[in-house]
Amino acid sequence: MSFLNVTSPHAHGPLSTAKVMQLVLLATLPGIAALVGVFGAGVLVNVLIAAVASLACEAAILSLRGRPIGFYLKDYSALVTAVLLAVSLPPYTPWWVVVIGAVFAIGVAKQLYGGLGYNPFNPAMAAYVILLISLPVQMTQWGAPFLEQPVGLAEAAASNILQNIDAVTSATPLDALKQGLETISGKTGYIGGYGWEWVNAGFLLGGLFLLWRGIFSWHAPVSMLAALAVMAFLFPNEAHSRVDSVLFHLFSGASMFGAFFIITDPVSSATSNRGKLIFGGLIGALIYAIRHWGNYPDAVAFAVMLLNLAAPFIDQYTQPRTYGHGGTSS
Amino acid sequence: MSDIIFKLTGGVHPPQNKLQSIQRPIVQAAIPERLVIPMSQHIGPPSSPIVQVGDNVLKGQCIATAESFEGAYVHASTSGKVVAVEERPHNHASGMPALSIVIESDGRDEWQRMPVIENWQQVDRHELLQRIHEAGVIGMGGAGFPAASKMATDKPIHTLIMNGAECEPYITADQMLMTERADDMILACELMMHVLGADQTLFGIEDNKPAAISAIKAAHARRSNDAIKIVVIPTIYPSGGSKQLIQILTGREVPSGGHSSDLGIIMQNVATALAAYRAIVFGEASISRITTLTGEAIEEPQNIETLIGTPLIDILQQSRWQPQNADRIIIGGPMMGYTVTDTQLPVIKTTNCILVPTRAELPPPPPAQACIRCGLCADVCPASLLPQQLYWFSRAGEHDKLASHNLFDCIECGACSFSCPSNIPLVQYYRASKAEIRQARRDAVQAEHSKHRFEARQARLQRLEEEKIAQRAARAEAAKKRLEEANANASAVDPIQAAIERAAAKRASAAAPAAGNVDMVAKLEKRLTAAKIKLASAESAGSDKLVPLQEAVDKLAQQLADAQKQAGDKP
Repeated sequence: MSFLNVTSPHAHGPLSTAKVMQLVLLATLPGIAALVGVFGAGVLVNVLIAAVASLACEAAILSLRGRPIGFYLKDYSALVTAVLLAVSLPPYTPWWVVVIGAVFAIGVAKQLYGGLGYNPFNPAMAAYVILLISLPVQMTQWGAPFLEQPVGLAEAAASNILQNIDAVTSATPLDALKQGLETISGKTGYIGGYGWEWVNAGFLLGGLFLLWRGIFSWHAPVSMLAALAVMAFLFPNEAHSRVDSVLFHLFSGASMFGAFFIITDPVSSATSNRGKLIFGGLIGALIYAIRHWGNYPDAVAFAVMLLNLAAPFIDQYTQPRTYGHGGTSS
Repeated sequence: MSDIIFKLTGGVHPPQNKLQSIQRPIVQAAIPERLVIPMSQHIGPPSSPIVQVGDNVLKGQCIATAESFEGAYVHASTSGKVVAVEERPHNHASGMPALSIVIESDGRDEWQRMPVIENWQQVDRHELLQRIHEAGVIGMGGAGFPAASKMATDKPIHTLIMNGAECEPYITADQMLMTERADDMILACELMMHVLGADQTLFGIEDNKPAAISAIKAAHARRSNDAIKIVVIPTIYPSGGSKQLIQILTGREVPSGGHSSDLGIIMQNVATALAAYRAIVFGEASISRITTLTGEAIEEPQNIETLIGTPLIDILQQSRWQPQNADRIIIGGPMMGYTVTDTQLPVIKTTNCILVPTRAELPPPPPAQACIRCGLCADVCPASLLPQQLYWFSRAGEHDKLASHNLFDCIECGACSFSCPSNIPLVQYYRASKAEIRQARRDAVQAEHSKHRFEARQARLQRLEEEKIAQRAARAEAAKKRLEEANANASAVDPIQAAIERAAAKRASAAAPAAGNVDMVAKLEKRLTAAKIKLASAESAGSDKLVPLQEAVDKLAQQLADAQKQAGDKP
């Protein structure tokens, strides 16, 4: 009779990395639904292309590295990266742009740094930045919201893959604001401008779900949104009152998506709760600074990447007070 | 009654699995044929046996002693004959054997009690501490720290904390003890308070033990002692860790590297307190304990009062275990227990639970995935450490960073590993790193010693050298003086006497001239050979001293030739 000889603990909690990733995927659904509702089915085609490209790239590099492919693919992390990248791209982006993004995200930003857990940058944001600065034309052609005849899946596929239909594109509200166009909130009654508040509300909903499931703590998202709001209140645009400015910036662009799906990426963010407060707060402030004074209409990806670099430094100075090291608990 | 409780930092909620083993009252284990009683059940120097093979012993008779409070007395758990005093496999996480006394039971279970201390309220604390020490009472919650040693502190103690949290899943030994022996438990609190000179007792019990809580509360009401407060605390692992329970009950933290006595607090596990109480009031040494047998591979999960030294297999069989279904045998609970593979190992004073799960119940750990730094481990860490950072540092062997991230404040509760979604055996990494760092520190101390020894040797050699030079100088000085004195005295010597002596000396030397010369020849031959060897080795080594060596050899050869000639001249 032989018995297993292992060290404690012998019990294990219910959560697995794959489950965490699956929950994140599930939580993107409200945001994706809002994107479809506002801009048509283009985002679904993006998701599909990005998923195939990401998984293929992940599998190829795992095999080059001599790692068990199935074991790592089953952690769903490549799929999460694919979806996060796909929803940040304009809905009617040419397929090859999506493929380049996915391959860069997985191949360079993730696997070349050592794979899951070792990447200093958020892979989806790194890919987004590469695409934005390399292919600015394709990357800024957002579909027009709320078309009278919504774009169906077939049309979207035709547009993205065959590129034989010119989708109607328009400037995003943040673009419009940047360029001084008369297209923003007050006029339409939408606080984030042209359906963007729906998209942001969708990601907010998904984010709250993840928060409730304990996938991440409130620190980074709340801190980022608070910093963004404070900045928008202190330095409003001419077109907005202070309060409108706050609401506009919270519910436009990638604000909620960034707050709940990007800066909560544990691998590339700060570790301790205090660290997350600083990390999120600086990202929020930086987003507003770039949006308001910088050259780019939206700035989540740039802000996130800059703070990704600073995360180890923040960690160094925000170690929590260990039990028994001065002070009393409350 | 103050019910102010504070929040535990971190913590997890593993499935309780306590109901299985509380369905029956505590049962008595059968007296085994042979008991193996290890000398190292406690933390501290091993006990020294005072019995020999062939001795007859009685139940409760002391069979091993300790020199100081850091050690522990050991007693025969039943009456019988000592059949061996030798190393035996030991019920310990290390798997190392321990010196053990093997007793063959005579089946009579005949007691030899210590004198009862009546009216302990009037007895000096030191006398009571001595009794607790001599009764072999050690921490029965799992750590095995000698009870008297813990309580013999010089620091003023105001609060006794009774640890009835029993936060580990599956284990119900303390719970059953509190439920069935509640009155004694309250008296034990009073005794412990008297021994410590404490003003109050905070009796902490997790709220998942309603029967124990109501029993203890009822006993407390019967006794109506206002100095004792029964505090029901929320169920969360690891509330029963001593540092954690102090935090929950008092809101204070034991300083890192310090003891609870620094805060004026002493904590005892309920079973330990009861053992101390029985030692004083009934004169019973610590020779048995209550052990939980549970897990799905045990058909009758229950709590058994077992004699210390009883082989595990005896009580496993008494609880109708199904070895074919057993995946592992865990001593302790699923969070901090260790596995054993030998069912002949003895139950010792710290064995609070024997958990025998099936494979489906506690599956083997799946392969670890990459750390995604999700931080769940940091959220649950009761010491507010950053387990994921410690994990990276541990893998990289960065000892200084591990130290600066307070690795040694880790209590190895396992909450981080439990919650890790990537199944990383974090605690295992910390244990390994702690061992490495301890080894490195030992090595550093060793190196420091060696350095000191080397420096001391160098200093000694130099001193000897200097002394030699000084002696040489002194000798030269003395010789010079003697010469001067001789010269000075020369004129004073009687010339006739001197002439007689010279003549005598001449006769003496003429008597054995040949022998002297032959001696000289042999000596010179030897020196010449040695010089030639030296020259040869210098040649082969390519030394730059060839010329002087060659000259020396030539000179010696000349001298030898002269000496030989002389010897030939005067045969």
